[in-house]
Amino acid sequence: MTKLHKKQQLITFEQLPKTPTGITGLDEITGGGLPNGRPTLICGEAGCGKTLMSLEFIVRGATEFNEPGVFMAFEEKADELASNVASLGFDLIKLQDDKKLRLDHVHIDRSEIEETGEYDLEGLFIRLGFAIDSIGAKRVVLDTLENLFSGLSNQIILRAELRRLFTFLKEKGVTAIITGEKGDGSSLTRQGLEEYVSDCVILLDHRVVNQISTRRLRVVKYRGTQHGTNEYPFLIDEDGISVLPVTSLVLEKEVSSKRISSGIPSLDSMFGGKGFFQGSSILVSGTAGTGKTSIAACFANEVCNNKKKCLYFAFEESPKQILRNMKSINLDLQKHIDNGLLEFHASRPTLYGLEMHLVAIYKIIKRFKPAAVILDPITNLITVGSVSEVKSMLIRLIDFLQDEQITVMFTALSLNTVVSEQTDEGVSSLVDTWLLVRDIESNGERNRGLYIMKSRGMSHSNQVREFTITDKGLSLVDVYLGPDGVLTGSAREAQKLREKTGVALREFAISRKDKEILRRRMMLESKIASLQAEFESTEEELNKIYLEEELKQNIIERNRQEITDIRRGNADTLKSKSKSKK
Amino acid sequence: MTEQNQLPLDQGESQFFRLRLFVIGASPNSVRAIANLKIICEQYLKPNYELEIIDVYQQPLIAKEEQIIALPLLIKKSPGVERKLIGDMSNTDKVLKGLGILTES
Repeated sequence: MTKLHKKQQLITFEQLPKTPTGITGLDEITGGGLPNGRPTLICGEAGCGKTLMSLEFIVRGATEFNEPGVFMAFEEKADELASNVASLGFDLIKLQDDKKLRLDHVHIDRSEIEETGEYDLEGLFIRLGFAIDSIGAKRVVLDTLENLFSGLSNQIILRAELRRLFTFLKEKGVTAIITGEKGDGSSLTRQGLEEYVSDCVILLDHRVVNQISTRRLRVVKYRGTQHGTNEYPFLIDEDGISVLPVTSLVLEKEVSSKRISSGIPSLDSMFGGKGFFQGSSILVSGTAGTGKTSIAACFANEVCNNKKKCLYFAFEESPKQILRNMKSINLDLQKHIDNGLLEFHASRPTLYGLEMHLVAIYKIIKRFKPAAVILDPITNLITVGSVSEVKSMLIRLIDFLQDEQITVMFTALSLNTVVSEQTDEGVSSLVDTWLLVRDIESNGERNRGLYIMKSRGMSHSNQVREFTITDKGLSLVDVYLGPDGVLTGSAREAQKLREKTGVALREFAISRKDKEILRRRMMLESKIASLQAEFESTEEELNKIYLEEELKQNIIERNRQEITDIRRGNADTLKSKSKSKK
Repeated sequence: MTEQNQLPLDQGESQFFRLRLFVIGASPNSVRAIANLKIICEQYLKPNYELEIIDVYQQPLIAKEEQIIALPLLIKKSPGVERKLIGDMSNTDKVLKGLGILTES
C-alpha cells in the first residue's frame, strides 16, 4: 500500500513540463496546460472557436507569461484577425509592435499556382523559422493547416512535409497549436492531422439543443499526463474563452461551523436556535405561493442587517417587484440596496444558456464578493436545460460557492403533481439544508406548513410548523396536535376557541355543583336540626311520660300506704312512716 | 505543332518575360528546377527574358512578402498577370502553360 503510494508520488514528480494557456479553466482540466515544446491539435466544426482559442493561447502567452508567439493564419488575413478579436480586448497590432507577436497570413490559391513537378514546403518552414527566431517565440499556432490541402494537390508530398513540419516544430522547442476542421464520420480532422499530432488532442464542439447553443470542449488525448476526460462547456464572451470544469474535482473544501441566522427567529429555533451553517447550501422548496421568495428575502434582509453583502439572482420577478412585495411583509430591502449591501440581478432564464448563466453568476460573485447568494428560483432554469444539465450547473455553482465560503439559498418550485419531493432539480442531495414549505389543505382553506427535510451536521426539529406570513413578517407557529390530528389555520384557531369554551363551561359546571353541594348540605343540616328538635321533643315527651309515670307511681304508692295505714288504723306506723320519710 | 505553339511569342516581339525563381540552396529540387528552367528559357523565350534566381535561405523576409510556401517557386512577373509555378519544372508542358506560352496542351 505504502509502496504504491510512493510510486504514485513519483509519477507526479515526473510529469511532463507544461505550458499554461492562460485560458480560464483549460489549465485546470489539462493539469497545467498544453505539453511544453510539443504540438497540440485543436479540432472541431466550423465556428466552434478553434481560431479564437488558439489566438487566446498566443495572446495570453505574450501578455501574461512573457512568451512571444507566432500566429500563422491560413484562413484569415492578419488585419481581419486583428479586428475580429479587438472586441475581446486583444490588441494584436500593439503586440506586434512590441515584438511579442507575429502574425503571418499564408495565402494559397490553387488557381494561381501551377504544379510543375517535385516540390517541398521549405518556404513555409523558412517563414515559420524566421518568424520564430525574429521574436524568440515560444508558442506557435497554425490555423488551419489543412488549407494547404486545398491549395496544393500533391497529397504524398504534403503528408511527408507535414510530418517534417511537426518534427521541425519539436526541434524548435515551441509549444504549437494546430487547428483542424472536423472530418466526416469518426475522424477528428478532415485530413487526418491527428496521426501527426499525437501528444495532445482537444476537441471542440458546438451543439444547439432546444434552440440554445452550448460550446463544449473535450481533451481527447493527452499523452503522459492525467487530464479531465469529460466534456466541459465553455463560452466565449468579452473576456475571451472560459472553460468551466467542475471547479473542484476533489471534495476538499474548508468548512465553517459558524452559524448565521435565517432571519426568522422561530425558524432558527428549529435549528437548535442558531440558524444555518455559514458557507452551506440551503434549498427552500415548495409549491407555488408557499412563501419561498419571502423566506429568501427574509434571509437576505438578515444578512444585510449583519452588515454583510448579499447577492440576489431573480429569475422570475424583477427587483422592483420583489421590493414592493416584500414591503408588504415589513421587509425594507431598499435601504440595503442604498447601502450597497444588497444587489439584485434579474434575468430571464431563457436569456442565454445555462453555462452563460453560470459564468454571469461567477463573474458577479467574483466582483461583489458577497457573504450570501440567493437564487430564486432555480426551477426556471429547467426551461433552458435538462434536469441533468441544471444539476451539473448547480453542482459546479455549489462547489464554487463553498470554496469561497459563501452561503447560498436556492428556492425551487415543486409541482403539486410530483408525489415524491426528491426530484427538485436533483439538487436536494447536494444541499446541506433542505426546507420544505407545503400546503396543508383542510376545511376549505389552505395553510402553509414548513418542515426541515434535512440539515446536515446539526440537530433540527422534526416537527411540522405552521408558517404564517403577516404584515409583521414571517413566523412559525406550532401546529395544533389535537385529538382530531394535526390542525392548522382557522381549524387550529377554532379548536383553541373550542377549548376555551370548554374550560368556561367546565368552570361554570363546577361552580354550580359546588353550590348544589352547599345547598344540599344546608338542607341536610336543617333537616338534621329539625330531627334533632323532634328528637328532643320526643325525648322530652318520653321523659315527661316517664316522670308522670313516676309521680303517678309515687302518688299511687303513697295513696296505697295511706290507704293501708288507714285500713290498719295504725297511727304509730303511720307516724314512724312519716318520720322515716322525713 | 511548334509553329502554332510559338504563335504568341511571334506576335509580340515586345513581350518581355521577367521571371523570378526562388530556390533553397543546393537542394536536389532546386538544382533540378534551375536546370530545367534554363533549358525552357533558352528554348522558348530567348532572348526576351530575364531570370532572377533567389535563394530564400539568404533572404528569409522575402518568403513572407511573396507568400512563399512551396519551393522551388517560379513567379512570372510579366507579361500579363502574375503567375506562380511550383515544382522542379520537370513538366515542360505545365511550365509553358503556366507562363502563357502554350495555350493548348
